[in-house]
Amino acid sequence: MRTDPQTYAARFFRLWHTIASHRMNILEFTGLVWVGSFVAGLLGALTGLGGGVVLVPLLTLFFHVDIRYAIGASLVSVIATSSGAAAAYVKEGFSNIRIGMFLEIATTLGALLGAFLATIVPTSALAIIFGVVLIYSGFISRRPRLPHERNQPPDRIATFLRMNGSLPEGDGMRHYNPQRVPTGFSLMFGAGTLSGLLGMGGGSMKVLAMDHAMKLPFKVSTTTSNFMIGVTAAASAGVYLNRGYVDPGLAMPVMLGVLAGSLLGTRVLVRMETKWLRLVFSLVIALLGIEMLYKGIRGGF
Amino acid sequence: MSWMQSWTDQKMEDIIGNLLRAGVILSALVVVTGAIIYLVHHGFEPADYRVFHGEPSELRSIGGIVREAFTGQGRPVIQLGLLLLIATPVVRVAFSVFGFAEEHDRMYVGFTLVVLAVLLYSVIGSGLMF
Repeated sequence: MRTDPQTYAARFFRLWHTIASHRMNILEFTGLVWVGSFVAGLLGALTGLGGGVVLVPLLTLFFHVDIRYAIGASLVSVIATSSGAAAAYVKEGFSNIRIGMFLEIATTLGALLGAFLATIVPTSALAIIFGVVLIYSGFISRRPRLPHERNQPPDRIATFLRMNGSLPEGDGMRHYNPQRVPTGFSLMFGAGTLSGLLGMGGGSMKVLAMDHAMKLPFKVSTTTSNFMIGVTAAASAGVYLNRGYVDPGLAMPVMLGVLAGSLLGTRVLVRMETKWLRLVFSLVIALLGIEMLYKGIRGGF
Repeated sequence: MSWMQSWTDQKMEDIIGNLLRAGVILSALVVVTGAIIYLVHHGFEPADYRVFHGEPSELRSIGGIVREAFTGQGRPVIQLGLLLLIATPVVRVAFSVFGFAEEHDRMYVGFTLVVLAVLLYSVIGSGLMF
């Protein structure tokens, strides 16, 4: 029975191949890319895993788009979803703009490095790195979230940087004290580099930095991370646009699709039970990762 | 004092939220406008993104995109919308400089200026300006 999903996937790939190998015109291509991006944005918002992570595999594996165009389009759409969602999150008052701004120094510098690396790294290596990151993202999203360790003592650096904050809980306010700022900062530099290199938000790396290293409450880390993603992506998007990696004909349906999907996801289906959806989506992410890894090694890029 | 600070933080976040929303809506409208023009004129041509050519130089710089967009062609208008989208977080950071200055938080004015410098470098330093 174990081979069943495999055969279904193989059949699906064959069927898709016949569709995609017929030469699409721009109208068909735009429509299909829009639908695919819409679904990616919707699933990304519902599961909290972000849609950006599946966009590049979607475009390269299913639509046979060159990985550099795919990264350029994905990066632009990441700015759209992050800014669109941030507008809603910011009003809830959970995000910590000081932590966000301080860590953005690390992510934007990392993003510049990533965008620079993207121009010298061969595309097959890009695909391999992408595959590894996807498998890791699929894996980490399955790990049960550790109960938040409360009542951490104030950290000297975090206090100096005025990062200690509070968030509404129940009737009152709960204080939190961020920990291990230097570790978080270095991890954020890595997250920024991956974002610039691969054209995604890098949510899973940010979770590692803010939840695990800095011990921020869940709501603070997700909203602050979302807040930072747009700025991080903008730092590398400028470089990509200048290098000619951003194609308007491709970025248009991707950006509009992801934006519509994620807005619907955050707005309409907030109270939906997403446990099984998270499981399915993280499996899809891991499978796409394996496919990217395989193609990268085999030399399909 | 700390209550006052969190109040101004909240006010700043409200303004930032509206700023981000306005930027996204504006850029989406421009992209949709460009998309309609583009699809009407080129919808039935074959789509091919298998081979990487890179964009023509006039769609790679701010000056070029703005100039081309005013000729009313679809692709440059879309690119102008994408440029507005990229500019949205930059404007957000620029605004934060004033926000922190308003709170007399010199340290964070400094941090924000560093982020702004990195962003501007990525736009200007990479030659996007011309």
